[in-house]
Amino acid sequence: MTEVATPGLELQAERAESRRGFLLGLPAVVYLVVFFVIPLGIVIAYSFATRTRTGRTELRDWNLEAYERLGESVVRAVAFRSLWIAVASTLICLALAYPLAYFISTRKPATRNLLLVAVMIPFWSNFLIRTYAWRVLLDSDGLFTRVAAEVGFGDGRILFTNKAVILGLVYGYLPFMVLPLYAAIERIDWSLVEGARDLYASGWAAFRRVVWPLSKPGVIAGSILVFVPSFGAYVTPAILGGNKKGLVGSYIVDQFMDARNGPLGASLSVMVLAVMLIGTLVYFRQGGRNL
Amino acid sequence: MADTITDPTGAATATSNAVQLSGVTKRFGDVVAVDDLDLSITDGEFFSLLGPSGCGKTTTLRMIAGLELPTQGSVKIHGEEMGLRPPNKRPVNTVFQSYALFPHMDVRANVGFGLEMRKVDKAERDEQIAWAIDLVEMGGMGHRKPGQLSGGQQQRVALARALVNRPEVLLLDEPLGALDLKLRQQMQTELKNLQREVGITFVYVTHDQEEAVTMSDRIGVMHEGRLLQVDTPEAIYERPTTRFVADFIGRTNFLEATVAGRDEVVLANGDRLRLSSDHADGTAVAVTVRPERLTVHGRGQAPDDQHRIDGVLESAVYLGNAIIYTISIDWMRLEVRCPATLAGHRRSAGDDVTVSFEPEHASVVVG
Ligand SMILES: Nc1ncnc2c1ncn2[C@@H]1O[C@H](COP(=O)(O)OP(=O)(O)O)[C@@H](O)[C@H]1O
Ligand SMILES: [Mg+2]
Repeated sequence: MTEVATPGLELQAERAESRRGFLLGLPAVVYLVVFFVIPLGIVIAYSFATRTRTGRTELRDWNLEAYERLGESVVRAVAFRSLWIAVASTLICLALAYPLAYFISTRKPATRNLLLVAVMIPFWSNFLIRTYAWRVLLDSDGLFTRVAAEVGFGDGRILFTNKAVILGLVYGYLPFMVLPLYAAIERIDWSLVEGARDLYASGWAAFRRVVWPLSKPGVIAGSILVFVPSFGAYVTPAILGGNKKGLVGSYIVDQFMDARNGPLGASLSVMVLAVMLIGTLVYFRQGGRNL
Repeated sequence: MADTITDPTGAATATSNAVQLSGVTKRFGDVVAVDDLDLSITDGEFFSLLGPSGCGKTTTLRMIAGLELPTQGSVKIHGEEMGLRPPNKRPVNTVFQSYALFPHMDVRANVGFGLEMRKVDKAERDEQIAWAIDLVEMGGMGHRKPGQLSGGQQQRVALARALVNRPEVLLLDEPLGALDLKLRQQMQTELKNLQREVGITFVYVTHDQEEAVTMSDRIGVMHEGRLLQVDTPEAIYERPTTRFVADFIGRTNFLEATVAGRDEVVLANGDRLRLSSDHADGTAVAVTVRPERLTVHGRGQAPDDQHRIDGVLESAVYLGNAIIYTISIDWMRLEVRCPATLAGHRRSAGDDVTVSFEPEHASVVVG
């Protein structure tokens, strides 16, 4: 007697498996839909909606007016200011974090864990409180100001300037740069560096040709993790930057609250999201090529 | 310092040492990885460092490459003291156990890396890369990334990447370890041929005694950080000086014995054996004889000029090309390997037999 082929059984098992997967994922899916997809839909709908003369947003007469206003010089200036502050913060974070991550990942495992905990210690207290602490330090008779003046940086006063905002952003987001960099560098097979040294590469050449390219996924991940929240930052500029020069985050809030221009706030939000999305896509493209 | 070796035509030729280690010791904390090693490797030689895992082979190789610095002792390459010289300033290249191919570069870029670092110009570099890729028969794969290659192909690329630099000495750390048996045997032959072709000194690390015996001009056997014996494969096999070496290279029998004068040892049963050794009177030694150097005869039928021991045949195992007899003598068991052509008059368990061997096929070992 020959064995009866049973493709049906295999199919059944696969279906059961996929059902289990669906059930496991359900709570998270519901959460994402309710708190992410729906609000996002509302924002997108708003961006095409009509603003009445009294400043109400009405979901009719769909139009692109809010997007056209993105081209206005005021809005452009705000966007570019946010962009360069985010870029500067990201580059400074990278410059500070890379040597640190490199140092940590070349320590003994026990030391490594200790140092990683140290990197994460700031997370133990509230972001808002820590940012306010900077305000105290940066005050005209604050510690930072006095030390900076002592060392010879002019009068040392930077509070309510872009410098203070960048300082706050770098301070706040540095761990987000260190951790992915650490993960990437730690994973590099050290024998590759030895291989390069054996093939006549100096220490610097081995770094440039082997360590740096192989740590790129970490560089990109860290850069996005710092760039994205810096670009849309609201709290840090509000506390350390004063309100004289708007950045995208506070400008969007202004549109919804004071200016009562929901569609413009929404279209600006969509633009910020698009920038972040492009950044993330670039990351995955790069990551896909390198790993 | 120059050794004198005899080339096949019989004329004495002076050659220099490609690598010379003197009193080299390497400690990692409390672990003595390499212990007071003295070793001279001749120019153009295929030299193998053989020993079990953890005996210090890799560490020795790394000290030659400059990836590790000796705690004590000196490393010379072609007479030049290496001292603190970093790996990029030493005229050697390494084929790593894990290959260490750069995953983000294609085969050509991997092979060309050393030339690029030495600022060889582009045209010359391309020519050399082509030569090396051809040499290891990887033509047509130049644009693949290491991740797209099989283990054997990666191994070839690692070899090409090192050879393209025409190093004075090539260091290979168990380069065939990750390959399956068939491929490994094929690569053994190819590596040996390649070495002859390019005439570069090979220092080859392996824990596989068969590999070392087939490929090497000379073998250094290591154990627990010490170099126990350096000799040709034949001498290592036929005339081991320590119990460890005799046991590590192939199967063997050990007959416990005591030294009695320069030319004689006394076996446990009181038999006297004419075997010379350098050990003092009364030293506990062992006489080692390979299973295939022993012959089994009917009781009392062994020739007089051989050394004879009476025993009882305990078991016979037929292997196809050979038969393994286990023979019980007064104080121990002996293993004897006979060609299976004798299967016609196979002996059976319980037979009274005499085992014999030529004195020159026995060696005195210590340890
Ligand atoms: N970097 C290191 N730190 C500490 N111990 C090491 C290190 N490298 C090797 N050892 C030790 O030295 C000994 C020899 O190692 P190794 O040279 O790798 O042996 P082999 O290559 O013969 O297997 C081992 O006991 C190993 O644990
Ligand atoms: Mg090893």
